[in-house]
Amino acid sequence: MTAVPALSVEGLSVEFRTRSGTVRALDNVSFAVGKGETIALVGESGSGKSVTAYAVMGILDRAGKVTAGRAMLGGLDLLAATPRQLAEVRGRELAMIFQNPRTALNPIRPVGRQIADVLVRHGNVPRREAPERAIEMLRAVGITDPARRAKAYPFEMSGGMCQRVMIAIALAAKPSLLIADEPTTGLDVTTQAVIMDLVAELAEKLGMATIFITHDLALAGQRSSRIVVMHAGHVVENAPTRELFAHPRHPYTAELIAATPDAAASLDELASVPGALPDLRRADLPPCRYSERCPRKIDACAQPLPQATGSGHIIACWNPLPLRVIDRPTESAA
Amino acid sequence: MTTLLDVADVSKLFAVGGGPGLWSRLRRRLAGGPQTLPKVHAVDDVSFVIDQGETVGLVGESGCGKSTLVRALTRLVDVSDGSVKLGSRELSLKPSRVFARDRDRARIQMVFQDAGESINPRFTAFDAIADPLRRLRKLRGAALKARVETVAAQCGLPLQLLSRFPHQLSGGQRARVGIARAVAVEPDLLVLDEPTAALDVSVQVVILQLLQRLKKECGMSYLFVSHDLSVVRLLCDRVLVMYLGKIVESGPAAEVFEHPLHPYTQALVAAVPRLHDNGAGRLRLTGEPRSPIDPDPNVCRFYGRCPRSTDACKTAMPALRAFGDRRVACHFAEEFLPQPLQPKTAV
Repeated sequence: MTAVPALSVEGLSVEFRTRSGTVRALDNVSFAVGKGETIALVGESGSGKSVTAYAVMGILDRAGKVTAGRAMLGGLDLLAATPRQLAEVRGRELAMIFQNPRTALNPIRPVGRQIADVLVRHGNVPRREAPERAIEMLRAVGITDPARRAKAYPFEMSGGMCQRVMIAIALAAKPSLLIADEPTTGLDVTTQAVIMDLVAELAEKLGMATIFITHDLALAGQRSSRIVVMHAGHVVENAPTRELFAHPRHPYTAELIAATPDAAASLDELASVPGALPDLRRADLPPCRYSERCPRKIDACAQPLPQATGSGHIIACWNPLPLRVIDRPTESAA
Repeated sequence: MTTLLDVADVSKLFAVGGGPGLWSRLRRRLAGGPQTLPKVHAVDDVSFVIDQGETVGLVGESGCGKSTLVRALTRLVDVSDGSVKLGSRELSLKPSRVFARDRDRARIQMVFQDAGESINPRFTAFDAIADPLRRLRKLRGAALKARVETVAAQCGLPLQLLSRFPHQLSGGQRARVGIARAVAVEPDLLVLDEPTAALDVSVQVVILQLLQRLKKECGMSYLFVSHDLSVVRLLCDRVLVMYLGKIVESGPAAEVFEHPLHPYTQALVAAVPRLHDNGAGRLRLTGEPRSPIDPDPNVCRFYGRCPRSTDACKTAMPALRAFGDRRVACHFAEEFLPQPLQPKTAV
């Protein structure tokens, strides 16, 4: 990646203050997404995928606080931006598709109006033309009979339809970066494939960078060129998709791949990832938050994590799985 | 094998476009409107059997009638037509409200999709598991406590968690409570509505393995509703593919996913993300499903979305035809038949 990244997140740390202690939800999270590139953030629930997205969008819960780091979008540090700057950027440059479209959409406003709102606010569309353009957007995301659907309220539409509306809203102002937080969770596979195709197609047309958050490793592999694996608020591995699947180096990544049902021939063959995420409120969190679940733990794991940087295959582990040099794909350097 | 559940020609129609009440009917009549309202054919003439000890998968997109079918089988709603037989007992004759207190109620139980939402938030895990035992088994006191603890242990739920409320449990633990409560009354048939949809892969594996173990231990049959085909492939013996209220394909799970015969199944299988495949050049469904409201009985339900869509498809509804132990509702199924008539070699 020699091109200037569309978004680069550096050393992002987020804490949540709760009644039962401070939750260190993100710790030193770094990754970058290039222009027109699609990357995936994967990990179990609670690994900090969504918090990363919320922090970048500047929509963290009030209890949450960014304690360190930068998120550079063009020349603007999103984490240091004023609310007014953010309001300009969000919707226009930076858009997000939320996990649950039914709760993310305004329940008491017809969907056509909600799209028109964004068009008027961020898309330089005159108010009078907005309803017409909103209908066009609905058609672009593959909703049949868009003129009638524009008048519908979210509760009158199916989950897949609502998700299409979300996409239409997110893409209304042709943003340069789209964050899709589990956009197809709860949709069925045919709809999932169509929605993901739609996002990919529009992303390509608009030259948009996409950060795609999912817990489905197979889906992430199919849709992104690079995968960032998160565990308990850490980035544990960050590698080009092909390479990650062929040669997972971090033990956690390897376990996740082994737990994905697609790869197995029978249920008994599937391995579960032992243990659970550590309690992030603990004061004595080990430097490697995976070490307590890790089958490859060594003495070195008590030291601070290796600071791996660069743009190749990044692993935050003292004892990664060995690289099998023999069957290493030759094109991985490209 | 003996047949456990025999579903024959079950249909479920819902009237749409007007109030169902007497007053709105009267008003319609005075206004000279149509006497009968248009109807959504949610489940249309569905027949299948589930054998003792069998796991049957039910797949299809949202809105295809999976949930309505499941609700009809578990007698949460009444069927419009057809029969649902459990063993030798005909279940569809009693209204669902009466069936709720029937002695056979315990024989079909259901695990709902999101245990976090389907368990009463004001019930502790103990109460959630005890509720069906109190109602259907009339257990009280020590016997109840003993049974709840046995089932919890069987489902891998630590006993100290029984006093917790759903929000104090993790997703995996909640799923276990949902399963424990359904298994508690020792049903013959367990209907699982996407039991792992809300779970992480790492937890999903554990729950699936738990289900497989429970099935062996308790000798239950499963009807497993899911849209995750890779899970269905692993867990199910047989699979039913539904499209717009009709079963379009059925057969042994491995074969159906290996060589799907119906174009819809082919699209479905192609849409499953795979770890080691970038998915280029796959079959995609375009367009919208046909309207389920009073559909033309002579047009294939898949017409318009099917890549094939010939004239024959809109003049005659393809019937479900048998090919060996598989059934397909497509005029052109023969063309996709791999080598089923030849002796099978190891794949």
